[in-house]
Amino acid sequence: MSQPLIRVAALGKSYRTAAAPFPALRGVDLSIDAGEFVAIMGHSGSGKSTFMNLLGCLDTASSGDYFLAGRKVADLDQEQLAALRNQTIGFVFQGFNLLQRMSLEDNVALPLVYAGRGLAREQRRQSARQELARVGLASYASSLPSRISGGQQQRVAIARALVNSPQLLLADEPTGNLDSHTSEEIMKLFSQLNGEGITIVLVTHEPDIAAWARRQVCFLDGLIVSDVATPPRALA
Amino acid sequence: MLKAMLGEAWYAMGANRLRTALTMLGMVIGVGSVVLMMAIGQGAQYAVAQTISSMGSNLYILISGSTSSGGLRSGGGGGPSLNVADGEAIAELDGVSHVAPVHQGRQQLVHGANNWSSTVVGTTPAYLDARAWTMASGYAFGDSDVRSATRVALIGQTTADNLFAAEDPVGKTIRIQQSPFLVIGVLAKKGQNLDGRDQDDTVIVPLSTAQRKVFGTPFPGSVRLLMVQASSAEAMPAVEADMIALLRQRHRLREGQDNDFYVRNLAAAADTAAETTRVMSVLLGAIASVSLLVGGIGIMNIMLVSVTERTREIGIRMAIGARQKDILAQFLLEALMISVAGCLIGLALGIAGALLTNAITDMAIVISGASVLVAFAVAAGIGIFFGFYPARRAAALDPIEALRHQ
Ligand SMILES: Nc1ncnc2c1ncn2[C@@H]1O[C@H](COP(=O)(O)OP(=O)(O)OP(=O)(O)O)[C@@H](O)[C@H]1O
Ligand SMILES: [Mg+2]
Repeated sequence: MSQPLIRVAALGKSYRTAAAPFPALRGVDLSIDAGEFVAIMGHSGSGKSTFMNLLGCLDTASSGDYFLAGRKVADLDQEQLAALRNQTIGFVFQGFNLLQRMSLEDNVALPLVYAGRGLAREQRRQSARQELARVGLASYASSLPSRISGGQQQRVAIARALVNSPQLLLADEPTGNLDSHTSEEIMKLFSQLNGEGITIVLVTHEPDIAAWARRQVCFLDGLIVSDVATPPRALA
Repeated sequence: MLKAMLGEAWYAMGANRLRTALTMLGMVIGVGSVVLMMAIGQGAQYAVAQTISSMGSNLYILISGSTSSGGLRSGGGGGPSLNVADGEAIAELDGVSHVAPVHQGRQQLVHGANNWSSTVVGTTPAYLDARAWTMASGYAFGDSDVRSATRVALIGQTTADNLFAAEDPVGKTIRIQQSPFLVIGVLAKKGQNLDGRDQDDTVIVPLSTAQRKVFGTPFPGSVRLLMVQASSAEAMPAVEADMIALLRQRHRLREGQDNDFYVRNLAAAADTAAETTRVMSVLLGAIASVSLLVGGIGIMNIMLVSVTERTREIGIRMAIGARQKDILAQFLLEALMISVAGCLIGLALGIAGALLTNAITDMAIVISGASVLVAFAVAAGIGIFFGFYPARRAAALDPIEALRHQ
């Protein structure tokens, strides 16, 4: 009856290299239900980012299947993939990836431009300011990204990922560039969002960060080696 | 959506002002020179067309050779081979609308203390009809003036200005070769002819009066020139053939003998002049187009650089849901905006340059709506054509490859 939000089966990804093709993922099977909060861990080079890029429809798998909300991603055309990235998925990068010459509100409003809902510029900014308020940055709406701290930039990036109300939030080492205090704030934000029903999959190296999630999946050499539930942690 | 994208394109252009300005400069120079060259070329065509219509349409000039009989030149005493009766006979031919005998030469004119040298034309009223020459003031002489050799004169604008200055010439008397002539009319202004001579520097008098009082020819029935007007351009070939046959018959020229007159087709000369200026204006336009092309390549170059520089940005946009066509439209719009803005500035400068040229050199210029439209269409075309390749390159980027860039 209720199908998982994400289901991958025997997912493989090989990178073309100068020598032989390099298999970064070697047959991954995983299901994630709507509303889950999953942390993906593993050594450097174990294939976490590769996996996240496939989940985010930024890259295409070499083999195996990926079903997102019941749709087989391999069968979708460029336009449908763009719509998925725009509407269904919010992606948060380690390096924030804000457009430097735009104000924060315009950065956050950008996915609305591509949503094709015909919103006027002011309506888009209005929504963007709401999202910024949600991540606690309402007063910075018209600043430029270069004028705020890394932690704040990451919160802007999260606001941008949320502006189209996606079901799924993917984050590849969102706290990788942040100090532990700021990381904690970001994780609080993720917990809160998960509490509001958004499915979250995040990659991290740090057990402290992973402890915020309710399920920990560990990668090694392109395969999943462990998949355990973690007890809910009381919000500090 | 479009408004948002226009804003974005504007933003991107503003982000690197100097580069945008330099790219635009290529378009500005290209469009500016096309507009200027087209204005000059069309101006020249216009000037020639004016001249041609001022000469009169479908005209032939028959020029006398010397009379000869039995292949022998009759010597200096023979006089012109054409005569007034030839003209009257030609006037009877089908397709001929006017025939005017002409006897002309330069003469000194005197009015009071003023002196002026002008071309004096002795002819009949048909001359004015053939050349569609109207009167600015006064009235023209008629056939009766020619028959009775009255001493009346029509003067051109240049002659009037030089002899009379601010005075009204009509009703005044001028002297040509000591004989007094009553000025009864001033001719409308015509400007230069194809050879660059001022057609308004003239005095027109009845043929008979000119021959008796001005030129004093010993051959009163003969004329140097006959001006023949065909009723239409289509009728010209037939008129030319009939005219020559008629004159050969009237002059009793045998088979194999040369014509004792020359036929000059003014319409053909006009066509040649029009064609020459047309070719010139096409050449000018072609040369200017090269700079427009260079400007377009400049846009393409900058857009390619811009795509490379902004690969990561493209990746980010794709990651948050930009479709290929969004990226394509974004870069295309940027190229289009640069070229249209450059076009507008170029248009303004080109028109200013044309007006300046006109002010300084007195050269005729024509700025037509068509040439402005063409410049605009070409600029938009260049924006799309040279913007398309870089834009497509941007759109075809793989999201993850673009994100990894730098
Ligand atoms: N574009 C690429 N071309 C070739 N090989 C690649 C490419 N991207 C990743 N790899 C290789 O694939 C393997 C998995 O890379 P991936 O980035 O998924 O690791 P990761 O688990 O995210 O590591 P880290 O924790 O350091 O971010 C690595 O060995 C890497 O060298
Ligand atoms: Mg990684």
